[in-house]
Amino acid sequence: MEKLLFELTRLGIVPVKLTNENEVYLEVSPVDFKPACLALHKLLRSTVMLMFAEDRRSSEGTFTIRAGFIGTKPRQWYFVEQKVPGPVFGSIAKDIYSANLFEREIKEMFGLEPEGNPDCRRLRLHDEVWPGGYPLRKDFESAVPGPIGNYPFMPVEGEGVFELPVGPVHAGIIGPGHFRFSVAGEPIINLESRLGFTHRGVEKMFEGRDAASAAKLSECVAGDAAFSHSLACCRGVERACGITVPPRGEYLRGIFLELERLYNHVADVGTIALDVGFSFPAAEASVIKENLQALNGELTGSRFLKHVNLPGGVSRDLDQASVKKLLAQTAVAARDFRRLREILYSSVSFLDRVETTGALSKKLAEDLGVIGLAGRASGVKLDLREVFPGVYDGLKVVSREKGDVLARLEVRLDEFEESVRQIERLAARLPEGAVAGDEPLVGSGRALGWAESWRGPVLYWLRFTDGKLARAKIVDPSFHNWIGLNLAALDNIVPDFPVCNKSFNLSYAGNDL
Amino acid sequence: MSVFDKVIAARLARGIVTQPIEYEKRGAELKDLIAAKFSRSFFIREVDTGSCGACESEIIAATNPLYDLQRYGVSFVASPRHADALLVTGPVSKNMVLALKKTYDAMPEPKLVISAGDCALNGGVFKGSYYIAGGVNAVLPVTLHIPGCPPTPLTLVKALISFLR
Repeated sequence: MEKLLFELTRLGIVPVKLTNENEVYLEVSPVDFKPACLALHKLLRSTVMLMFAEDRRSSEGTFTIRAGFIGTKPRQWYFVEQKVPGPVFGSIAKDIYSANLFEREIKEMFGLEPEGNPDCRRLRLHDEVWPGGYPLRKDFESAVPGPIGNYPFMPVEGEGVFELPVGPVHAGIIGPGHFRFSVAGEPIINLESRLGFTHRGVEKMFEGRDAASAAKLSECVAGDAAFSHSLACCRGVERACGITVPPRGEYLRGIFLELERLYNHVADVGTIALDVGFSFPAAEASVIKENLQALNGELTGSRFLKHVNLPGGVSRDLDQASVKKLLAQTAVAARDFRRLREILYSSVSFLDRVETTGALSKKLAEDLGVIGLAGRASGVKLDLREVFPGVYDGLKVVSREKGDVLARLEVRLDEFEESVRQIERLAARLPEGAVAGDEPLVGSGRALGWAESWRGPVLYWLRFTDGKLARAKIVDPSFHNWIGLNLAALDNIVPDFPVCNKSFNLSYAGNDL
Repeated sequence: MSVFDKVIAARLARGIVTQPIEYEKRGAELKDLIAAKFSRSFFIREVDTGSCGACESEIIAATNPLYDLQRYGVSFVASPRHADALLVTGPVSKNMVLALKKTYDAMPEPKLVISAGDCALNGGVFKGSYYIAGGVNAVLPVTLHIPGCPPTPLTLVKALISFLR
């Protein structure tokens, strides 16, 4: 922190400092915003974890723009914030690529122009559908009439180059997204993904809600990470309002978070095998997944661990019989999983398809801001469970260097084992007592809530005014990682794209919000 | 013994794992209905129009070896041109309206539309959002709705039975 402040003072920036627990807010003038962000980016070696605007015109007469960074050593979140009267703000995307998508998002949702950002296309409010209007402004009522536009894809030209459009409706049972391949023969020379098809206006839906109904809505943001999203949301509420969670509640949250990781990791291992035509282990994996989801259903009443989290703790307790069942079932899953692993490694043709396929180098992953599971497979070792351990103890952060499909598969294989170990540890030390605090009193305040979902960090920045949400900014790791998939697929052949895609397995719903 | 043999041996030693008897019974009923009304095969094309992913996950689970919905004559197909029914999940986001209509138009007659999950009924928790066109029935004529958040494989089978009867 001293070094950071020294660096900022050297640049002539004197920030106004405000703090929450683990959160530092540095308020700077618009001129100093970019140098301050660059200083944090370099000193902390952090990507832009989240960047968002807030409409504060009614109280302060301006918009506020914040960029958030993570400091892994000081175990702190850092926010640089500036007040922007509009209609433009200085872009930082040319220097820090990971801010690019966030700036485009601010532009389409608030109508603030990122001056200097070369790419100003819309992300979610598709040009063919949305004539105009900025949904996240407080005075927004409905779309304003205007001309309907067209989305320009980056043209790739040359002899023998052609475009291959895929989606938004795909052949399988998955979410909608559009992929535009530019190919010369089989190899992919450019890939652009156009998303936003599942945009439901989630952030606007959060506004005006109380803590309990916000937690309920957060479970519907991304279904396969329902628990992580509700955990991040509840933590945001708790931190904003100073609510403490009883130790038993924290431990149970740890167990449920790992249970979510287990069923998703095994499902992905199966589908990676399926996408190269190896259906036997895929069937085996789907059985393990089903058993784990059935276990979730038995323990909590929801196969997706919905309705478990609430601000102040959890709604479900595990009695001794349940804990016994949990340990027995996870042990069975771990045994089946080891066998699955053995099957995969026994097939040379399988390894041939996944090794060196869809490689994303560490340098590229860092520059793009790829995080979470996909980042760790490329050597970016960020895991929020390690930075902010809480109930975790001695967590082994799994990482690989090569960043290919095999690396992402291996990260899943090893994390599965680690999760089982953590569940055993947490269950053995489960403290006695209540699982949730009293009915939370929610006043006014702001805070960041986070959870390391199976995909990576899920972040909820919340501001409460008189017990109601005034602004909720949600970041799912998918938002950072789709661009990583686009670049990992380059130079691969089109038939290898499905397995590259599946090895990332990013959420459409979590990205599109 | 190869690793494949080991897996099968272990499964047999543990006993065959099956789903609750109710699912099996209902499945047999469904199979008879599909045999009588759809010449033994009922093809479904699934489209997600903005769901969180849980509905799709449960539909995929219905095809896993434990539920194995295919054995009752239900198959999920890649092309709308092969489908008897369109299964839609999620609230219909404005960006998906055109794609949904085009998928429906690509299906041969006679065709039917099934919506699954609470969001698909009227928008669910996203009802009233600026970017939701409404439930599936705001865009296409829905014949059957399967409730649940998300509907389980058993619910799926039960709903199909009540509809085919």
